[in-house]
Amino acid sequence: MRTINFTLNGEQVSAHVAEHQSIVEILRDRFDLFGARESCAQGLCGCCTVLVDGTAVSGCLYLAAFANGKSITTVEGLATNGKLTPIQEAFLEVGASQCGFCTPGFVLMAGQLLEAHPDPDDDDIRHYLSGNLCRCAAYPEIIAAVKLAAGRLKAGTT
Amino acid sequence: MATRTIGSGQVGRSVPRLEGAAKVTGRADYVHNIRLPKMLVGKIFRSTVAHGRIKSLNVSAAKALPGVYRVVTIDDIKTVIPNPFYGPAFHDQPILADGKVHFVGEPVAVVLATDPHIAEEAASLIEVDYEELPAVFDEVEAMTSKAVVHDELKPAGTFPDLKHLKGKKDTNIALDFHLRRGDPNKAFAAADHVFEHTFRSQQVLHVPLEPFVSAAELTETGLTIHTASQSPSFVRIEISRLLGWPENKVRVKVPYLGGGFGAKLYIKLEALVAALTLLVRRPVKISLTMEEQFYTLTKHAATFRIKSAVKNGKITGRDCEVWWNGGAYADIGPRITQKSGFTAPGPYDIDNVSIDSYSLYTNLTPAGALRGFGIPQLVWAYESHTDMMARALRLDPIEFRRNNILRDGRAQATGTQMKDAAVEQVLDRLALRMNWTAPFERGTGPVKKGRGIAVGFKASISPTTSIAIVNVAADGSVTLYCSTVDMGQGSDTANAQFVAEVLNVPAESVKVVHPDTDVTPYDMATLGSRSLYHMGNAVRLAAEDAKAKLSALAREVGVPEGSNVPVAELFQKKYKMQAGNIIGTGSYIPNYVPPDANGLTPEATPFWMVGGTGAEVEVDTETGHVRVTKMISVADVGRPVNPRIVETQLSGAATMQFGFTMQEKIELDGGQITNASFADYKIPSIVDIPRDMQNEAVESEQGTGPFGAKGVGESGTFGVSPAIANAIEDACGVRLTELPLTAEKVYRALREAQGRPLED
Ligand code: FES
Ligand code: FES
Repeated sequence: MRTINFTLNGEQVSAHVAEHQSIVEILRDRFDLFGARESCAQGLCGCCTVLVDGTAVSGCLYLAAFANGKSITTVEGLATNGKLTPIQEAFLEVGASQCGFCTPGFVLMAGQLLEAHPDPDDDDIRHYLSGNLCRCAAYPEIIAAVKLAAGRLKAGTT
Repeated sequence: MATRTIGSGQVGRSVPRLEGAAKVTGRADYVHNIRLPKMLVGKIFRSTVAHGRIKSLNVSAAKALPGVYRVVTIDDIKTVIPNPFYGPAFHDQPILADGKVHFVGEPVAVVLATDPHIAEEAASLIEVDYEELPAVFDEVEAMTSKAVVHDELKPAGTFPDLKHLKGKKDTNIALDFHLRRGDPNKAFAAADHVFEHTFRSQQVLHVPLEPFVSAAELTETGLTIHTASQSPSFVRIEISRLLGWPENKVRVKVPYLGGGFGAKLYIKLEALVAALTLLVRRPVKISLTMEEQFYTLTKHAATFRIKSAVKNGKITGRDCEVWWNGGAYADIGPRITQKSGFTAPGPYDIDNVSIDSYSLYTNLTPAGALRGFGIPQLVWAYESHTDMMARALRLDPIEFRRNNILRDGRAQATGTQMKDAAVEQVLDRLALRMNWTAPFERGTGPVKKGRGIAVGFKASISPTTSIAIVNVAADGSVTLYCSTVDMGQGSDTANAQFVAEVLNVPAESVKVVHPDTDVTPYDMATLGSRSLYHMGNAVRLAAEDAKAKLSALAREVGVPEGSNVPVAELFQKKYKMQAGNIIGTGSYIPNYVPPDANGLTPEATPFWMVGGTGAEVEVDTETGHVRVTKMISVADVGRPVNPRIVETQLSGAATMQFGFTMQEKIELDGGQITNASFADYKIPSIVDIPRDMQNEAVESEQGTGPFGAKGVGESGTFGVSPAIANAIEDACGVRLTELPLTAEKVYRALREAQGRPLED
């Protein structure tokens, strides 16, 4: 067991963790954050996505011990004071969630995509989101939502 | 998709999902999120042989591991549930293996601990000695095999048509359904052409991204089960039967589901967590892993032999023999065998029909409902067969279908008249969207292009009941109580739209209370696209009841008819303060007549679903690789209640079936699944899906549906597999009759056609 100190959605926190525990377990059991969820537990579906120092990782494979000194962002940390991000707004408007279990992972990865490619084409979108699975297959709507968000973000910054 | 609103403008509007914001912020409520005080978690130890008698079970090392609270076997379970067998059609499935195991992965023991890692480690320390028994895996072999899965059959008392099977021995046939109409033999004797083909569909599974999960706790008044279930009312009734308790001592609560697709029906983990909680008097939660989903429920693999008589371009007779691979426990398989079995001849007007449909036990993971309730397996066969006949007769596949299609007013195989089933319209719209009459570019070089269509239909599961309650509070705000489970299909939103339409309020303002059997009334289950129709009718009736009571209240307090006094004022006038409620109730059960000895009935289903698919493909004849470039889904969903959600249901269903068509298959080695993970069992990702996907709901109305609506969750699946196989033959001349349609199969078939077959 060891104690880790890290920033969680902008707040300084600490936790006592075992070596084998993953960050999703800790987020769920110690911090009541359920948005990153374990599904495949093998780094293959993206349901457990969290940002570590701004980069998306599979939380099911990322050991909690590694979070020491880092900054972790979960989907719950995106909206501020109840105001959704443009990506969340777009997912909501387009109807890019069905059961919603995969949605946090897609929202976070879409954020990574738009940081790297503010004006993505279909291939960029498919490439960036290829590691996220959606069994409900809301893929066409997810692509539409990413485009909508990209357009709005661009309009907002120019 | 076009918007067609009515009356108050609530039905027919693309209302955003009520829970959309909760889902995009990660705050939606799932059983996954539940943690109860002093909760133990359970890890299941599973069988490693497909069929065997348990000679000894040694749990001592597991028990001795520090941190283990208890190790539980069937003997412990029997101390709280003496007869621990459950199932919707047969009471054949034990809560844990009882003396025998019937498939690889069957639960044998459970370890309880507060730390899941310790429970898992302990489970790996359990040792079993088996006496292995002969096993059977293939559904056709199971008809005659010497290996018999169950010592005796145990039908549940609920279905009268299964009674004769009670105590039957030496058979793997869980149910055989037969239908005879007209005189098929005569039709075959008189035919110009007779065609016969056999098709196979493989074993696949649902894999919702939220794996099965249930938790139970004891309360002052009984037992509460929190479960990711599509059938809370069934769970309550079945658990109270197992415990010998009244229904009101069992409370079942269901929040949102992270996908269901038919997997999370009836009893899955619920009986186990209930028994464990009663044993240890502490809350218990079991969350399965992705791998364990492969040992819980699959779709039926099936073999379908279909034979048709054709005279003057008309199909005059059809023989259907279908064998359904039900796995080790019946689950709902016998109902699929019958309720879907009777549609095996397809949406065609055929006077002489015979159907023999068999539900079989094998030593595989049990099979159950999966988005289509058996229909995609049937359409795969009859629509491939239809195309092969058209090709052999040198007829255009659409024209051939049009000549034979089942039109409204004509009797389907059961004798039930078709009504509000837009088969022809679906076909017409498909032809139009596929630009069927225009010349088609076939490609040059090794890459060949082709196109295909297919259309299928489905009856609804009947007779089933739904009940709803609408509560109008003193400020006029409205709450709906019903046990329909929103697993992603958008039922909360659609039901809110029905209430809103009747009471003339915005759908967004209606609160929908999630299934909680202490609070929400009975509903058969959320399955088979039945909810929008059955619950929709109940919800509409409940809202109309509330509306009538509001009018009565207005009269009582002296407000003149037709005046626009706000609801809150009516309550204020009566109670002199903000107080009171109006409760509206609605209950719906459609008419149904059970089939006679020949499988015939004038009332087989309250409504028909129709779905068709058009596909364009490119086949690389040097590698066998198939790329589906266009997939068009056209369906009759009655009036679309929420056009946007209808569209996502159509494309979502089509994509799921696309996975079952192109890539998914459970691989087996002596009954052992060798690809039980997303690393090896590949579901469609965003890069796999066709670039061009289109969806259309044809203009139609379901006369008996709520505001003209009917179910939509499955229709997108029906035509996908045969449309793609038909397109492949169109492109490169080879016909595949076994799913999935992999590059290897295409390449082998191409080589075979060239007279240069590959060696195995
Ligand atoms: S749960 Fe982590 S990637 Fe699937
Ligand atoms: S919305 Fe259900 S898995 Fe993506």
